Amino acid sequence: MDVLVNPTESSLLRFTTAGSVDDGKSTLIGRLLYDSKSIFEDQLLAVEESSKRRGDAHVNLALLTDGLRAEREQGITIDVAYRYFATPKRKFIIADTPGHIQYTRNMVTGASTADLAIILIDARLGVIEQTMRHTYLASLLRIGHIVLAVNKMDLVDFDEAVYNKIVADFQAFAKGLDQLPKVTPIPMSALNGDNVVDKSEHTPWYTGPSLLQHLETVQVHSETAADEARFPVQWVIRPISDRKDAKLGNLHDYRGFAGRMASGTFRVGDDVLVYPSEMKSKITGIHTFEGPQEEAIPQLSYSITVADEIDTSRGGMIVKANEPTQTSQEFDAMICWFADKKTLKPRSRFHLRHTTNDVRAVVTDVLYKVNISTLEKTTESKEFALNDIGCIRLRCATPIFFDPYGKNRTTGSFVLVDEQTNNTVAAGMITHSLVDAGDEDAEVAI
Amino acid sequence: MSAITHLQFLESEAIYILRETAAQFQKPALLFSGGKDSIVMAWLARKAFHPSRLPFPLLHVDTGHNFPEAIEYRDWFVQEIGASLTVGLVQKSIDDGRVQEEQGYNASRNKLQTVTLLDTIEENQYDACLGGGRRDEEKARAKERFFSHRDGFGQWDPKNQRPELWNIFNGRKQFGEHFRVFPLSNWTEMDIWQYIRQENIPLPSLYFSHQRKIIERHGQLLDATTGIIPLHDEEKPKVKEMTIRFRTVGDVTCTGAVESTASTIDEIVAEVAAARQTERGTRADDKRSENAMEDRKKEGYF
Repeated sequence: MDVLVNPTESSLLRFTTAGSVDDGKSTLIGRLLYDSKSIFEDQLLAVEESSKRRGDAHVNLALLTDGLRAEREQGITIDVAYRYFATPKRKFIIADTPGHIQYTRNMVTGASTADLAIILIDARLGVIEQTMRHTYLASLLRIGHIVLAVNKMDLVDFDEAVYNKIVADFQAFAKGLDQLPKVTPIPMSALNGDNVVDKSEHTPWYTGPSLLQHLETVQVHSETAADEARFPVQWVIRPISDRKDAKLGNLHDYRGFAGRMASGTFRVGDDVLVYPSEMKSKITGIHTFEGPQEEAIPQLSYSITVADEIDTSRGGMIVKANEPTQTSQEFDAMICWFADKKTLKPRSRFHLRHTTNDVRAVVTDVLYKVNISTLEKTTESKEFALNDIGCIRLRCATPIFFDPYGKNRTTGSFVLVDEQTNNTVAAGMITHSLVDAGDEDAEVAI
Repeated sequence: MSAITHLQFLESEAIYILRETAAQFQKPALLFSGGKDSIVMAWLARKAFHPSRLPFPLLHVDTGHNFPEAIEYRDWFVQEIGASLTVGLVQKSIDDGRVQEEQGYNASRNKLQTVTLLDTIEENQYDACLGGGRRDEEKARAKERFFSHRDGFGQWDPKNQRPELWNIFNGRKQFGEHFRVFPLSNWTEMDIWQYIRQENIPLPSLYFSHQRKIIERHGQLLDATTGIIPLHDEEKPKVKEMTIRFRTVGDVTCTGAVESTASTIDEIVAEVAAARQTERGTRADDKRSENAMEDRKKEGYF
């Protein structure tokens, strides 16, 4: 049962939670779901029965989130689980990821679609290596907002000095990051509900919002209308029919580029540049099922028509004429390696999937790896094993059109796919281009 | 940020997934049961490819144990949105000796559907099947991907799923493998109802309050009107006329009713908001064990 969200006013917030079971992460999520009345009676009953059968001393809310048999049997979370809850103000999607170092891959996956990360700290332990790792990953994936949940405050007598020291330690560490997210620290006890939904009487010295109040009101910068317009083409709509549509007229010549507005806006009449041909044209129509629209806005899906017969299809992109992307065959990127049976090293080859494009790519160099516990760059090894993070240089068979990840999460991200198994083996974030494709005609043998 | 509503976000995300499916696969099909989730999915597919017609057929796996209202609706809906329809018959799988029908009073063809589905997929060479599954429905589904890989035997390996990042979906596969794609992954039951209300989508009458002959068995309110569920002699006098509606619509043998007077979408939305049970609480198929859904999914169930 979700609470009735006002369907015309409520927005969506996607967040991820990082922390291990010991930090009280499952308890926190359980409490958010329970206090927002998103847990049903039969779910609670099933969990109570399972807890009893397993001999747990208390109702184990982690059983709500551990969906797979292996997870229940081993009492661990091995995969990203998505949870949903809503308040009258907002709908929330939680990517619940396990916190240990061997699950970096899951954390990166959960973070890739999140606007905010909750990082849990055990007030008794303070800022530890794991805290720094989670914060580094949130910053690497360009999550703009972090909630520093200083949990288990009940076990340190809700001591303001303990809390202040943890916040200061954390801020000292966060200063060293390339990209500094906005940090909101909150003292809480997930077990007892202090500062989770309601403000706690135990922390009169804390003047900020409760966790839920913050989640309901925080303004996240995701894809904004002010960014440069990016419209990757997914599919070309060609009815090839002499049917007449009430709003579009004769469909014989209709040719619409279908896609989702990644960032920025388009209006009918805008001058545009269409990749890969880089031909210029003008937008003549922005269509949805509901009819012609004046404007295309971020995150919504459209079918766009242009004035000229332009050669583009899936993998192409439409941008404003005065806001070109970068185009290059070769670029540097931060990657996280996901495969457990294979490694990545110079000369490794992949299918690179970027927006709606799929090109072959080869690793031309490994620049450095990052020790995610100390954040030091190392060049000792040029081989990536499971969960390794670092910077590589890639060369593609044909130029791709992109923005640096720091500027645009959609056009700056890619995944690498193994040529033999077809598995997704790496997540990548483009840092910068090396040569512009226009400057170099050399064929690349891939 | 130009704020879009959560329903606008979910609609656009589903349209994006539907277009990715059409673009990345040779021969997709959309699994259509006549239930509200598959109706919403097909509705979104019409939007995704407008003004073209759907670039894939609707596929109905027919257990033969249908509510007549669901079939009537199916045939009307297919016509309405201008789609084509493929039907896989569980009865044919039984007649061909591909499956053995469960015996007894609680017999259900629910599990047999898997064989018919996989046979239909193979026969028609479908390489991706769009399903209306949602992650909020059941705990094994909470870990399901949008693009869910199935091996050459149609099986799901939950421990070896492809990570899905940003909005990049990897549909690469070997010959003989296929995918299940779930465009409604991020929707909740309430989202579905609010969207149905917003879009004014017509639904089968089963979802609205009506009078029906019901037999109560193991706490479930089962249909006794169609005659599909065999009754024990001692149950026959206990059949009673009740005012009910269905929260989910599936095969007659495993779809339980709830007592309800909700006869409009608004009343249903209010009822769903006040409900204390998950909608799958009325599904006998999930109650067989704690792992029932995960086990069926591994074998190739929806």
